[in-house]
Amino acid sequence: MSATAHAHHKDSFITKYLFSQDHKMIGKQFLITAIFMSIIGVFLSVLFRIQLGWPGESSSFLNTFLGDTWAPEGVLNRGMYLGLVTIHGTIMVFFVLTGGLSGTFSNILIPLQIGARDMASGFLNMLSYWMFLLSSLLMVYSLFLETGPASAGWTIYPPLSVFEQAIPGSGNGMNMWLISMTIFIASSLIGSLNYIVTVLNLRTKGMKMTRLPLTIWAFFVTAIIGVLSFPVLVSAVVLMIMDRTLGTSFYISDVIIGGEIMEQSGGSPILYEHLFWFLGHPEVYIILLPALGLTSEIISTNARKPIFGYRAMIGSILAIAFLSFIVWGHHMFVTGMNPFLGGVFVFTTLLIAIPSAVKVFNYITTLWRGNLRFTPAMLFSIGLVSAFITGGVTGIILADSALDIQVHDTMFVVAHFHVVMGLSAILGMFAGIYHWYPKMYGTMMNTKLGFIHFWITIVCAYGVFLPMHFVGIGGAPRRYYDYSVYQEFDSIQGQMILDLNVVISIFAIIGALGQIIFLFNFFYSIKKGQKAVQNPWKSNTLEWTTPVEHVHGNWPGELPTVYRWPYDYSKPGAEEDYIPQTVPLKDGEEDH
Amino acid sequence: MSSPASKQIDSATLWGGKISPLSISYGKLMMWFFLVSDALTFGGLLASLGFAKFSNPENIAAWPAGEQVFTHMPFLHGPDDVYPLLYVALMTFILIVSSVTMVLAVEAGHRMDKRGVIKWLTLTVVGGLIFLGSQVWEWSTFIAGPDGNLSTWNDNATLQHNVYGGEYEPIVDSHGHTIGTDVKSYGPTLYADFFFFITGFHGFHVFTGVLFNIIILLNVFKGTYEKRGHYEMVEKVGLYWHFIDLVWVFVFTFFYLV
Repeated sequence: MSATAHAHHKDSFITKYLFSQDHKMIGKQFLITAIFMSIIGVFLSVLFRIQLGWPGESSSFLNTFLGDTWAPEGVLNRGMYLGLVTIHGTIMVFFVLTGGLSGTFSNILIPLQIGARDMASGFLNMLSYWMFLLSSLLMVYSLFLETGPASAGWTIYPPLSVFEQAIPGSGNGMNMWLISMTIFIASSLIGSLNYIVTVLNLRTKGMKMTRLPLTIWAFFVTAIIGVLSFPVLVSAVVLMIMDRTLGTSFYISDVIIGGEIMEQSGGSPILYEHLFWFLGHPEVYIILLPALGLTSEIISTNARKPIFGYRAMIGSILAIAFLSFIVWGHHMFVTGMNPFLGGVFVFTTLLIAIPSAVKVFNYITTLWRGNLRFTPAMLFSIGLVSAFITGGVTGIILADSALDIQVHDTMFVVAHFHVVMGLSAILGMFAGIYHWYPKMYGTMMNTKLGFIHFWITIVCAYGVFLPMHFVGIGGAPRRYYDYSVYQEFDSIQGQMILDLNVVISIFAIIGALGQIIFLFNFFYSIKKGQKAVQNPWKSNTLEWTTPVEHVHGNWPGELPTVYRWPYDYSKPGAEEDYIPQTVPLKDGEEDH
Repeated sequence: MSSPASKQIDSATLWGGKISPLSISYGKLMMWFFLVSDALTFGGLLASLGFAKFSNPENIAAWPAGEQVFTHMPFLHGPDDVYPLLYVALMTFILIVSSVTMVLAVEAGHRMDKRGVIKWLTLTVVGGLIFLGSQVWEWSTFIAGPDGNLSTWNDNATLQHNVYGGEYEPIVDSHGHTIGTDVKSYGPTLYADFFFFITGFHGFHVFTGVLFNIIILLNVFKGTYEKRGHYEMVEKVGLYWHFIDLVWVFVFTFFYLV
């Protein structure tokens, strides 16, 4: 549908805010939904961190929120502990960092940065959001079930997730999880198809693929990874639904629960792990690449320097995307995998360090001798680079099967992936929100509050996850409800681990409270923030050539024509330190 | 639309923005990417089948050989009436013929020939329905024995084998008519799990494909595409239909040949 056709009609409240087909509004809908989901996700983590920090101690806080069913006398119920961990993981991985991050920024930035009036299909875009909202609501709703939410961990490994008798959470909570995820995958698929064809077909005149901002490259490749990996999760999920409801035995063999022999036999839970991690590993990059794309743009703009190694950046995005599909076995080194096959997965996994390092070095060399401007967005971007390096280094330990077997399923793994994909991506998302806020709402967020938010976040994040590595190496397994009851934790080292857990919990609670500053800043600035100018960051990309007030079709007149790449910052001979993409090349001026 | 002229555009212009670099509309491009995605869903399922079979030596031994999976034909149930592969080959043939009629419908659409589109699309729908009907008969034969309780068997004393290696005995009334089956044992059910799930999943795709074809057919009747000036929607459902065909070739190979 051509966007000019609907450029002039008047919007009612419903078509403008609810059933909007405008990509900017849909992007904001994704963002607000993701913010609410992340509030829930973070809040759940505070609840189970209270249990881990002060196991068995009564807390009226827990009792207030979980009631007498799940926190009798203020002590967290064991089943609910697993439920909280599971739903925290699911919400943060899928609803905040996949749906929220890609959904928000792909929607807002793709048409604006490639010079299109809207997404290829506004209707499918709207459908994608509404399915996302529906799946979010179902997932939240599952928290209120009588038997509790899904409790088999966010990876929902069988047989725990298949048998209702196994744990209370494997009853209706698990059904809700599976239904919600199926809808979520459909939403993600529709969204991704839209992003891909929009980037391919709707670029404005002169916008060659090698003139695309790196944000767009990241979103484009992320969408392709999503289209290729999520369907395999669909296979895994539908087979599990069959196992749960129709008595098939794809994932089940010889299971005894409470002395009762289950009928199903012949299948293998390892099959599920293969299918799940074939999605699961690319999923890491579905989360990470958009954040890296946003950061590329923000670092270059705020260093007033062209991004170092533009083509190498594109190449590394493509290489990461390709490699992400052939490394899933490194999640399964302890499943009895043939050591030779394990060796192959070690090799392919370590290969990912190369494109990742290319990206990191390019960020650092872009910063090197730059005319740095420390906006909150820039700080968060540098924070991302820092977290990405930290998490990458521990990634090398986990990629190596001989070392991985030692720390498998310990808090070390939890710390690693929280730093490398959780923290990195969330910092990238914050950076993106601070940077593109004027484009979204026409106002600026408060910078001072932004700085305070950044420092609280980064200090608390490292305060949580740095000690967690030591806890893990010290031998604390993940997903345990209470370490103090085990004899092994009676020693001095064991006591140190228990003490570190207190430190982690304190940092986690402060860090969570610190996000209130962000929430206040975000919602307060929508109405009361300082009015934004058209191009507040003196940036080159096309979205800053649109008017501050949103219009249907993005540009009031003709679509802009692009003459240069987006990174002409501090170009020698130019009057200003930035040249927007719409400025034609001067005589004798070289393209990048 | 691709035209001979588009081939003369150099790649710099083609990828330079403003035009579709692959010379197709966004809708068709979306359909292609959707098919890639769906292919991976089926890929995941068929890979699971291979994993289940080859990771467990017991399964290799116990599972039926491909050509012996289904040897029945409608109306023929004597002891000598064993036709390896014939019935499924017929099903495959019907589905492939329906792909041919779909190609003809798309081609008629290019010529803006409304009557041609109606004719060939209707035949495609009929082909799809016959395929689905055949699958129903195949499934019911697996579950209830050949022709269920309507059959007249001669060898009523011997045990029959079902697809997953289990044994059952026909229940025969005083006139020698089979009125039902008495299942003695179910063999390795994992094979049946996969068989029914994957062929069922494919059948569901055929079913939705038939639905799409019917919706498009109704639109053709109404003249929606005549007004729009092109029959691209027929092409899009055509892509989906061919994809379903292609998937069946793989499903067929993995269940009936390997």
